[in-house]
Amino acid sequence: MITKRIFGNDRLTLWFLGILFGVLALVAVLNLATTPDSAFHVPTYAVALMGKYLCYAILALSIDLVWGYVGILSLGHGAFFALGGYAMGMYLMRQIGPRGVYGDPILPDFMVFLNWKELPWYWLGFDNFFFAMFMVALVPALLAFVFGYLAFRSRVTGVYLSIITQAMTYALLLAFFRNDMGFGGNNGLTDFKDLLGFNLQTDGMRVTLFVSSGILLAACYLLCRWITLSRFGKVLIAIRDAESRTRFMGYRVEGYKVAAFTLSGIMAGLAGALYVPQVGIINPGEFAPQNSIEAVVWVAVGGRGTLVGAAIGAIVVNLGKTLFTGWLPDLWLFALGGLFVFVTLLMPKGILGTVPQLLEMARNRRAQNAVAEKAPDAPPSADAPKGAGE
Amino acid sequence: MMRSLFLRCLRPLAAPVLAAVMAAAFVLAGLMAAAPAARADAAGDALALFASKSYDDIEKGIADLAASGHPQAIDILSALGDRRLHVAGDAIVFEDAAGTWHDALTGAALDGEPAGAKAVRANNRIRRAVDAALGQLTLMSADAGKRYDAALSVFKSRDQASLPLVRSALETEQDGKVKRALQQALAALTLYGDADETAKLEAIDVIADMGNQDALATLVGVPEPTPAMAEAISSAQDAIESSLAIWSGVQSVYYGISLGSVLLLAAIGLAITFGVMGVINMAHGEMVMIGAYTTFMVQEVIRNSAPFLFDYSLAIALPLAFLVAGAVGVAIERGIIRFLYGRPLETLLATFGLSLVLQQAVRTIFGPTNREVGNPSWMSGAFDLGGLTLTYNRMWIIVFAFVVLAILMVVLRRTAFGLQMRAVTQNRRMAGSMGIRTNWVDSLTFGLGSGVAGIAGVALSQIDNVSPNLGQGYIIDSFMVVVFGGVGNLWGTLVGALTLGITNKLLEPVAGAVLGKIIVLVALVLFIQRKPRGLFPQKGRAVER
Repeated sequence: MITKRIFGNDRLTLWFLGILFGVLALVAVLNLATTPDSAFHVPTYAVALMGKYLCYAILALSIDLVWGYVGILSLGHGAFFALGGYAMGMYLMRQIGPRGVYGDPILPDFMVFLNWKELPWYWLGFDNFFFAMFMVALVPALLAFVFGYLAFRSRVTGVYLSIITQAMTYALLLAFFRNDMGFGGNNGLTDFKDLLGFNLQTDGMRVTLFVSSGILLAACYLLCRWITLSRFGKVLIAIRDAESRTRFMGYRVEGYKVAAFTLSGIMAGLAGALYVPQVGIINPGEFAPQNSIEAVVWVAVGGRGTLVGAAIGAIVVNLGKTLFTGWLPDLWLFALGGLFVFVTLLMPKGILGTVPQLLEMARNRRAQNAVAEKAPDAPPSADAPKGAGE
Repeated sequence: MMRSLFLRCLRPLAAPVLAAVMAAAFVLAGLMAAAPAARADAAGDALALFASKSYDDIEKGIADLAASGHPQAIDILSALGDRRLHVAGDAIVFEDAAGTWHDALTGAALDGEPAGAKAVRANNRIRRAVDAALGQLTLMSADAGKRYDAALSVFKSRDQASLPLVRSALETEQDGKVKRALQQALAALTLYGDADETAKLEAIDVIADMGNQDALATLVGVPEPTPAMAEAISSAQDAIESSLAIWSGVQSVYYGISLGSVLLLAAIGLAITFGVMGVINMAHGEMVMIGAYTTFMVQEVIRNSAPFLFDYSLAIALPLAFLVAGAVGVAIERGIIRFLYGRPLETLLATFGLSLVLQQAVRTIFGPTNREVGNPSWMSGAFDLGGLTLTYNRMWIIVFAFVVLAILMVVLRRTAFGLQMRAVTQNRRMAGSMGIRTNWVDSLTFGLGSGVAGIAGVALSQIDNVSPNLGQGYIIDSFMVVVFGGVGNLWGTLVGALTLGITNKLLEPVAGAVLGKIIVLVALVLFIQRKPRGLFPQKGRAVER
């Protein structure tokens, strides 16, 4: 059964990565190599939009790692995403240099506006790309580690954990709204110009960011897949299914949980870092608890505990959001809310669990009909294949 | 406010009485020898000054008019303060609060606004002069509240011209509160006048005893204090400041209790659905919102068809809000939650989706903007208690929160329904075997929790904006309260709500509102990690649900 599952997943992995890279290549070519009036041209705004979806997919993947495999429902993953985004935003702010509205060579515009004389200490070093990238991973990792260590050590589980993760991101939301935090307050960080010296607005840069997001998604996916299939991953699954039993068997459950949570935080932070240059702004709204819960729903829609499903769910729901808010903006919240209810009640396994099941059922029925036609009196076959999700 | 009180008090007075009082005042003050004819002339001259373009002239006119003993001086001066005093050709006219026009000199009513009437100019300096003059005039009023206000205004203006008047008023004053105010006014006048040092030191003592912000301001501004006075002032200042600090502490605690009672109201329904049933209802905030909108609807109907019922609108809205929110709650339980028992994380997601749908539904029906819900008369206004100013709506909400808590306690412990509810949550199968319809109990319990949230919405509509986002603001705090207090324990919810409220308000002056809230949230998260089951954890088998 296990080998079959791995085999099934393997085919899924190939399909997923194949389609992902196919789309990356196709979009890159269609954007760069065709003229805007060509029928095959992919406009640059669409490239940025798809890049955004890919970042969301990475965030969903990070949630699936802890929710699908360890059973930790975090309603605060948006916080890690936003922290990574802020770290990236700080680098991009420093890249503006003297081209800001106030023309200060060092201070970002909002600090000049607040009449600050020098950079706060925590902004130092962010002019260096590698330091900034290090912080993109380190800051969410630290938060996830400290939070996870405290929570898992005292065995806060289930809904209690969900509620305090929500409180965590809510507290950060309030904190980042404050002007004296030094992160631009309400307006956040925006007006970015360059990344590594290249103009962010060019088509080439857009495509590069889009392709990087895709590659990062593939890398994160492979990493998660490797983890979940490893011995370590088996322990995680054991914790999800029977935490106390795993503990009684001698595993240090807290250590496993903290490790998975921290890794997941880093992935969310990286996603946020790639997200910011593509949307051109990061503000405290990213910390809103609703964003984090929405991200959980992407995972639920795609199929919890399947990795590929998380990515698919993020892309499908966000595509739906873009289309819906374009056509019928008032109906979007109805649709999103309805989706929450629909998926939890009727599709608990998500797209990836339900679609193969439906296909299987249809195939079974066809097979039975065929059998019934051949021998009308024969009883239905007893050893019909089970659903793929079992 | 002051002016309307003013006119209400004055209107029933017969003009002769008023004139006599005025005359007496100014005889005592020794400002003029009153003879009717001379008075009329003085008043006429004073009124003529109001036609001038110069503020100096107008100010002189105010002082002269106050001194003239004109029977309608008070009306005219307050009209000037409100820019209801007009110049029409040669005559000075004013419009009283009821909208009738009068000739200022004779007081005779005119029919309608005279042609070419132009309001007399008034700036802040003129308004101050008007206030001071009115203060002098009303020290002799027959109404004690009036006299008290007048004494206070003298205290603040420290206009030396009113010194003789204050003295004479003190001699005849019978009312203790007014007398104290007059003494304080006298002390302030002494302190700022040219009395000797002993008199001034006594005055400092009198003012120090007041112990409020005004006293502090008066003491700080004393001109040319002698060394002895300076010492007395600084020790008085210290005493006042420490007493003010205590009062502001008390004030913070009161605000904290007020916030705590709001949290209690919002969280108490959650304590039933989450605490007793173990169901995470993220749409709980929307039940509160539904209650608030029910209040809005009730008031809307009353405004349109039976305005005289307005003071009872909340009493009508309460049962309706309970029923509406409760019915929605039962529908949610039957339609969604019953399929998800034992899967708390899924329940959380489904009800969160529901909260989005409900918010959007309300936004579609009522629009995204705030809806206005009025305060009935018994809920508006404020009263003083010691150094505190308490608003009636906050006070009633505190009372209301405790009443709701008490009723719920009784329902849970003393009724058959409460017994069944507890039985089902403790051991569902056993309760079922005893003949309890567990499905029904589940629905009704959820309905009860939602209904209580609806009631909370009625109360919150009085102090918060009624908008589709009303509930969102409370949901995280409510969960914090329930988790902090300990699940399944109404006392814990009470203690949790009050602790959170008071801590929040005590931190606010020190750290600022936002930072205070962040500190509380972080402290809570840390607390939950130390005691994952809250302040008052459940013991025994129920824990391992």
